[in-house]
Amino acid sequence: MSLILKAIGLGKWFELSLSHQMKVSPFQNLSFEVAKGEFMGIAGPSGIGKSSILKCLYRTYLPSSGEIWFDSSLYGTIDLAKATERQITHLRIREIGYVSQFFKAIPRISALDVVADRLLPLGYSLNQARDRAMQLLERLNIPEQLWQAYPATFSGGEQQRVNLARAFAVRPRLLILDEPTASLDNDTKLNVLALMKEMKQDGTTMIGVFHDWDVMGKVADQILDLRKLQASKEQEQMAGM
Amino acid sequence: MSMNSADLINNAEKEWVWNETPLLKVRGLSKQFGAGCIHCKQPTSDEQEGSRCQYCGSIWACRNLSFDLYPGEILGVVGESGSGKSTLVKCLYFDEETTVGEMSISSYEDKTSNLFEKSAQQKRYIRNHVMGMVYQNPLLGLRMPISSSGNIAEKLFAADHYHVGSIRQRAADLLQKVEIPLARMDEPPKNFSGGMQQRVQISKALANNPPLLLLDEVTTGLDLSVQAKVLDLIRNIQRELRVAMIVVSHDLGVIRMLADRTMVLRQGLIVEQGLTDQILEDPRHPYTQLLVHSLL
Amino acid sequence: MQTTEQKQNNHKRTFNTAEYNFAFLDEGSKREIRRKSLKAVAIPGYQVAFASREMPIGRGWGTGGLQLTLSLLGRQDTLKVIDQGNDDSVNAVSIRRLVEETSGILTTEETAQASIIQSRHRIPEEKLKFDQILVLQVPQPEPLRKVERREERTRIQHAEMDYSAMWLTLYESIVKWGSITLGADYPVMVHERYIMAPSPIPRWDTEKLHQSHHLTLFGAGREKKIYAIPPYTNVQPLEFEDYPFEVESFDGLSCRHCGSMDSFLDEVVDDEAGITIHQCSDTAYCRQQQERIG
Repeated sequence: MSLILKAIGLGKWFELSLSHQMKVSPFQNLSFEVAKGEFMGIAGPSGIGKSSILKCLYRTYLPSSGEIWFDSSLYGTIDLAKATERQITHLRIREIGYVSQFFKAIPRISALDVVADRLLPLGYSLNQARDRAMQLLERLNIPEQLWQAYPATFSGGEQQRVNLARAFAVRPRLLILDEPTASLDNDTKLNVLALMKEMKQDGTTMIGVFHDWDVMGKVADQILDLRKLQASKEQEQMAGM
Repeated sequence: MSMNSADLINNAEKEWVWNETPLLKVRGLSKQFGAGCIHCKQPTSDEQEGSRCQYCGSIWACRNLSFDLYPGEILGVVGESGSGKSTLVKCLYFDEETTVGEMSISSYEDKTSNLFEKSAQQKRYIRNHVMGMVYQNPLLGLRMPISSSGNIAEKLFAADHYHVGSIRQRAADLLQKVEIPLARMDEPPKNFSGGMQQRVQISKALANNPPLLLLDEVTTGLDLSVQAKVLDLIRNIQRELRVAMIVVSHDLGVIRMLADRTMVLRQGLIVEQGLTDQILEDPRHPYTQLLVHSLL
Repeated sequence: MQTTEQKQNNHKRTFNTAEYNFAFLDEGSKREIRRKSLKAVAIPGYQVAFASREMPIGRGWGTGGLQLTLSLLGRQDTLKVIDQGNDDSVNAVSIRRLVEETSGILTTEETAQASIIQSRHRIPEEKLKFDQILVLQVPQPEPLRKVERREERTRIQHAEMDYSAMWLTLYESIVKWGSITLGADYPVMVHERYIMAPSPIPRWDTEKLHQSHHLTLFGAGREKKIYAIPPYTNVQPLEFEDYPFEVESFDGLSCRHCGSMDSFLDEVVDDEAGITIHQCSDTAYCRQQQERIG
């Protein structure tokens, strides 16, 4: 099976210089591979840097070291760590989706348009985009009377469903998911799982962090266990001493 | 229906993306206020060195700024007052004379010539056809005692439209887009509230369908609810017309809502630039970190 | 009324070379004004600055036109001076006398007889010929002054053909009044390049400037500007596609003296009868018409 993503020696550290100089490093020297069409879960206790890895892949964080080779349809094989901002913009529109842990409500935009806006850069007309958005909102059990309302007023679970509808409106080559089901009720969770399966069948590769192992177990083909990785590194270091 | 958008990227689209060229290219733009002296002939790129010459008091308000803007993109420019962000857009709009630097616009003439070197007449043509400007102070962008439709008409005359009927139709369409009631289209902006004036200014800037819109602190000084309305309008215009914009603001909240990409200016230098979500979540420069953490 | 011959004799009697240089102005001044006039002819519609002299009449009373006339005059010239179409108004008479006394040249009231016609606010009804020069007195040479106070700015606007503000005033007039309300001094585009103030002539006369056979010179003494429309130059009144330029209408009216129905008419109120009557503004033309009818 061909690879779609290969991370080599990926590392991130933050240098904060507000009250005092501070250096934080959520992860370092991380390498992994993801095959095309595969679902890779990332596991580990909170605070170990799972979200940071996902943000580096999406370039919300700029990786401090290492390479992220992505098999892009637009550009061929491209290092996401070094790609230009414009390349990343095009990739985000056409090839790489991202579902955040918390929905960041954009003020004064209806739920319907939050979803439809994801499609506009792809050349959809506003009406086409809204049609597609309605399908997704329906799939994710969002009551029709909420479609024209502002998600900022929604409950956490409703917000997250809008967030997912936005991500699922397109079928990207790679979808990055950061605890997308955390605030969902059971019925919706099942719908989400079904949607993810559909996307997988359509060829979307997924990398995700899930807080519950139950979901993870159901969808993941491969699990990157950060705790194990860390333990083995510590062992190496011990051995080297 | 299977909709694997990754597989939907056809060759034509790929070619389009590959051949995409910046709408606006700015290289080495510097602007000095004051006579300058032998000690400040060149702007330094050293952050530690201030923008003010200690010998003659001249100020390099913009120092060696280079950036691109792509069609339909919104570039945010953020910084405190005195960072050079307003001077930058004023240079781009020829309101200020640029001391050194180059600017080219791909939809104008041969795409590559340096627009800062054009004649005054050509610059005026560019201002009227290729760019639109919205100032923080509506007094600068509007003729206050002239009717609102007349304000828009003025731009259309510059583009050789001399049919009153079609000019009024265009003015009505534009004013409707910015939610000015049709019945008030012939009222002078001086009768309007600050938010309305700002909306008239935006419609005037859009009169000739420019591919590039410059917005200088357009919501500063407006009430919060009015601010929100103006921001929504700008976002809708971008969605509908796909016009590229440079949004200058001291307010990261405005930048967060509008900009795809952001440049952080300090003392006339670009201290950091990146995708807006990256600037907000992974700011690297200490000054950007300070800005982000000051965000409410 | 004096005949032309009588007048000629008068001049010969009164002109005294010892008191005045021919045509009042010294030769250096005339040369400067002629040079500026040539420049004005070379750049139709462009306002050329000149060193306006002190004249023995007050500024604002036709000193610009007078200086042009005096610098143009040769001993063979015949001058006609009119004010609002009238040869006999005080102002026209004073200027004519001044020229007569300081040059001794012929003057006339017959439009066709004159080689130079100095006028205020009118162009004669009779079509001028190639060998005639029309000199118009100008109070405000800058057509953009109404929209821009600063000379520095209006010069730049002309240089860059930045005429939006001018069009804007016409637009505003239509929005407010339903039509362009400008009467006299209607702005024109000269040679597709400069917007020009044709001096306060009525709209009726504006069209006479377009592709005329004669040269028109404009002189503003107080504002120190000379400009020109050479023969056969395009002169277009500013107009919108859907609001075409229109001249004054005298539909159904005629001159009370000569009965003319195709000349520019002045309104006169007959106080005794309490009615408004009309007569030709161009007195020479009116007299000609009366003589023709007999």
